[in-house]
Amino acid sequence: MVKINGKEEDAVGKTVKEFLLEANYSLSRVAVELNGAILPKADYDRKFADGDIVEIVGFVGGG
Amino acid sequence: MPFSSDESKRYSRHFVLPAIGPFGQSKLQNASVLVIGAGGLGSSAIMYLAAAGVGRIGIADYDLVDESNLNRQVIHSEVGLNKAVSAANFVQKLNPHVQAISIEKRLTAENISSELEGYDFVLDCTDRFETKFLVNDACVLLRKPYCHGGASGCEGQIMTYLPDFPCLRCLMGEIPQDAPTCAEIGVLGSTVGLIGCMQATEAIKFIVGSGSLLVGRLIKYDGLEARFQTLNFGRDENCPVCGEHRRITTLDKENYKIKCDF
Repeated sequence: MVKINGKEEDAVGKTVKEFLLEANYSLSRVAVELNGAILPKADYDRKFADGDIVEIVGFVGGG
Repeated sequence: MPFSSDESKRYSRHFVLPAIGPFGQSKLQNASVLVIGAGGLGSSAIMYLAAAGVGRIGIADYDLVDESNLNRQVIHSEVGLNKAVSAANFVQKLNPHVQAISIEKRLTAENISSELEGYDFVLDCTDRFETKFLVNDACVLLRKPYCHGGASGCEGQIMTYLPDFPCLRCLMGEIPQDAPTCAEIGVLGSTVGLIGCMQATEAIKFIVGSGSLLVGRLIKYDGLEARFQTLNFGRDENCPVCGEHRRITTLDKENYKIKCDF
């Protein structure tokens, strides 16, 4: 299992990009922290592994 | 630190607060903050900066108060009035010991640098990414400390920039072209107000020199889930405005195509 934004998700083997698109995140308005470090956008083809802890932050631009 | 009797009473809870004290209060009195945008973020930020006794508060907004603003832009009540003027009027009623300066103009690549001059700290309370990136780039190029805020729906985020530390582009890179506006997806006033309060807190901490600023950290708040996330991030060596091979060295209006309201 992968812990994404505090919830256990069955996402092992899925790429970061696949997960983001399925969850309707915009790739231009998102930052991903993987196991405590920011994941560069160039590495979004990385597959989630069992035990990964992920925070996904979608940015909002209003005010 | 010469405080009048009225001011001594007004700020008495700051005087006993270790993070501020009388010395911090006199720093606030002598400080200046520019708030760019007097909408949902700006409303709460301006209110608390004024109540805290920040001596000079610049408020930039070219827009007029609209009825659809009133669910969240809590300092405005007169529909049709320029928002910077409306906000300055509010400040003078709330705290006559501080000075509010209304700047009734759209800040652009051409004029933003001169408007930032003379202020100790800047709050980005604008309402779209193009302007938020303009504020970021101007502050980075001028080495001006500022606090970024953004909100829409029931969510918001905040981070603070200091010279030589990570900027908004270190995390976000380029201006998103697909962002919906508050008019399109709605916005909850209490959420955007919370982020504005946090921005005011960052400005106050910066001025008095207390606590830890949100530098190299971004906090995201999800009001619906009642969840805060903190992202820690460093400088990006490929950052287009503060990286080693920066592409942005001056402000060019073509980079912030309008769309550019706040």
